[in-house]
Amino acid sequence: MESTALLQKVTAGMAFRGTPASLLSSSSASSHVARIKLGSRSVIRAVSRLSGLTVKATHLNAYGFGTMPHNSTALKTVNKAVAVKTETGSTATAQQGHELLLFEALREGLEEEMERDPTVCVIGEDVGHYGGSYKVTKGMAEKFGDLRLLDTPIAENSFTGMAIGAAMTGLRPIVEGMNMGFLLLAFNQIANNCGMLHYTSGGQFTIPIVIRGPGGVGKQLGAEHSQRLESYFQSVPGLQMVACSTPYNAKGLMKAAIRSENPVILFEHVLLYNLKERIPDEEYVLCLEEAELVRPGQDITILTYSRMRHHVLQAVKTLVSKGYDPEVIDIRSLKPFDLFAIGNSVKKTHKVLIVEECMRTGGIGASLRAAIMENFFDELDAPIGCLSSQDVPTPYAGPLEDLTVVQPPQIVFAVEQLCKH
Amino acid sequence: MPYHIGARRAVMKSLLQSVRSNVREASTRNKCSWAGLGWPASQNAMERRYSMTSTSFLSARRYLGSQVDHPKRQQQTEAHEKDFLHFPGAKTTFTFSLEYIKEISEDPVPCYRLLNDHGDPIDGAELPEIEQSLGVKMYETMAILQTMDNLYYEAQRQGRISFYVTSIGEEAINVASAAALSSDDLIFPQYREQGVLLWRGFTLKDFASQCFANDEDSGKGRQMPVHYGSKKLNYITVSSTVGTQLPHAVGAAYSLKMAKEEACTVAYFGDGGTSEGDFHAAMNFASVLEVPVLFICRNNGWAISTPASDQYRSDGVVVKGQAYGIRSFRVDGNDTLAMYSCVQAARKMAIEESRPILIEALTYRIGHHTTSDDSSKYRSITEMERWKSLRDPVIRFRKWLEGNAWWDEVAERRLRATARNEVITTMVRAEILKKPPLSDLFKDVYDSVPVHLQEQEAYVRSTVTRHPKDHPSDVPL
Repeated sequence: MESTALLQKVTAGMAFRGTPASLLSSSSASSHVARIKLGSRSVIRAVSRLSGLTVKATHLNAYGFGTMPHNSTALKTVNKAVAVKTETGSTATAQQGHELLLFEALREGLEEEMERDPTVCVIGEDVGHYGGSYKVTKGMAEKFGDLRLLDTPIAENSFTGMAIGAAMTGLRPIVEGMNMGFLLLAFNQIANNCGMLHYTSGGQFTIPIVIRGPGGVGKQLGAEHSQRLESYFQSVPGLQMVACSTPYNAKGLMKAAIRSENPVILFEHVLLYNLKERIPDEEYVLCLEEAELVRPGQDITILTYSRMRHHVLQAVKTLVSKGYDPEVIDIRSLKPFDLFAIGNSVKKTHKVLIVEECMRTGGIGASLRAAIMENFFDELDAPIGCLSSQDVPTPYAGPLEDLTVVQPPQIVFAVEQLCKH
Repeated sequence: MPYHIGARRAVMKSLLQSVRSNVREASTRNKCSWAGLGWPASQNAMERRYSMTSTSFLSARRYLGSQVDHPKRQQQTEAHEKDFLHFPGAKTTFTFSLEYIKEISEDPVPCYRLLNDHGDPIDGAELPEIEQSLGVKMYETMAILQTMDNLYYEAQRQGRISFYVTSIGEEAINVASAAALSSDDLIFPQYREQGVLLWRGFTLKDFASQCFANDEDSGKGRQMPVHYGSKKLNYITVSSTVGTQLPHAVGAAYSLKMAKEEACTVAYFGDGGTSEGDFHAAMNFASVLEVPVLFICRNNGWAISTPASDQYRSDGVVVKGQAYGIRSFRVDGNDTLAMYSCVQAARKMAIEESRPILIEALTYRIGHHTTSDDSSKYRSITEMERWKSLRDPVIRFRKWLEGNAWWDEVAERRLRATARNEVITTMVRAEILKKPPLSDLFKDVYDSVPVHLQEQEAYVRSTVTRHPKDHPSDVPL
């Protein structure tokens, strides 16, 4: 069909430009709408010029940030598109579950926990009637009330402190940083109180708090909005850190974090909010300390998390076609590391490549490298490779920004080099 | 009379007349406008009991505060909208003369006190109803606190503990405020409030265990001396960081409000702490969220070596309350009765009206900042001696008790001797007790000990067993 061919062409175009093809949201037969993420206005116009097909822009957040760098105009919906079936193992599982975007998965997890436990509440800027800057809490203020979806003035250190005080006295707050970088202002409360008070009080006061927000390098958001805070927080004792990368693990980790008695920082990525996936209907909670085996393999272990998982999977396509068999593990748990899963993989493949978005110095990759070297030195046939961003503030200009983030061709090259050992 | 003043008087007169009729009309729940008229107090209290699913919490109706007495607000009515500036940030009137609000008002805010320096009630002052047992208990607690502070200070000088913070000069603030609160109120201390803990029932043994960091410490030896904490007594563990407890108190008050408890949270801090960003944000939050929290500022004039004149340029801390829309009191912190009466009233207001209250208790830090400080370096010894001899809060309250024939010299000698003996006994006992075991070192970092911490503990344990001579013998494994 004409539309299918066009979709394939667009997909190919996207892959060429380096956009992960998994960002192509498949259309569903019932709604007759094809959802495609496009990079520029000109491509939208080109697509719409072809008869019968129009493209609906995916949702943008309040700032207009998202995967679209320009304000794309929403065009009329597609009438004649055919559902594009994704390759799934069995048709039975393709029908079960429901599809949603990552930010909706986070919201689902939040809502389920808030319904389950009346002490769960959300504290942050614009989380109430506005629904959150990334729409994670949309519609929840109407459902749960303004007291449980608390809008705060702009004082990150203080509303994080507020959440810590509330957590010590019976509530289970979720602090939303509008952007993870803003939580740098909350560093005093997080490092000196959040991670510490359970210990220094002799176990008398627990702090079951969840701190979450979007971080990572976005699409031209500037240096201040492209912080990777996992490297700064990883040293703070008493904190647990997890990073989600798909709607499935986003919902599961959100629920697990809320139920945990420890303070948990949940790292989301600003460019992954519109990732679509089919997740189970039934309730599920993931384990905070476990890593996720994304693709089993024999040749090399690629450890990654958050957005880099998708870059790695993109590179894996190329690697497979070149004859390599990489094992991809999404480490998910940034503190503590799931050294069981990682160790088992290292014992199988004997080579490790870490792909991360943190800066070179003091990032998650640096710690992971040390942990693997310390524990599995005898299993390694090659030095541990680590691909990370450079130690520069993220520039605004698009091509420069792309150069600071690890891209799939670099991953392919690194694997090839390591596999020579 | 200049034309513009006359015109304004006419406008004000007609405004006031229409306001009076509107106040009557608007004081029903359903007819509230944005105009900022308050409801009768009982309806306010009722309205505060929002259900958790109420969506009207942050609607425009919520901004009808209970400030009926605020003079400016009475001038806002719908009928005279054209005279008003409709900015979302403020609703006010025009003026064509360039006026500013003075940086400091001519008269400083007066300070509430009931007893003079000699312990005699001030003419015309209405003293709170206090039973003899309560008065005596307050005094005894203050005296024990003084004794404990002095002995522990000396112990630090002798090298028996590493550090101590005295509350000399601020005993009345500690004990009188604690006496006016209920045991359900959560305390968020800075670090100079051991009197509050003493009042609530923290024993001398508990104080000693914490200072010596031995096995009996409820904090398991993890914090430095004077960083007490007791969940049982609703006293949140002291954290050394200045001012961070203020947002904690607001969050806890928010939690109390959600649970609709008949209690408030109380945060203590000093004049130096008011410079921290957390102070301003916490005050602002508390006011916006309308939560029951008491902010008690122990304005003792010194932040280590920084005098209050270098800390702020306003008339103390009390005037900062209005900037955040918070009701504020200024009280003589060395007057036990005034402090008691003030905190009692503030607590009632905070809980019944679900609002924050700021209390500035003026006092003097007679002792040094901590044992790491020698304040004779930056203030005159005569000044310290003068405050100690002439304006000691404990002596002042004692004189009042003696005036009521509730206390005498015999009781004084007995109390001081008993207190001294008990403090020394507990100190000596605590000093020789075992320290917390190594097995506690890695607990409570998380709810359970994760694998990487288990490995680290195993490593430390193996080091200790391999080199027992290099490790202290009174630390069990």
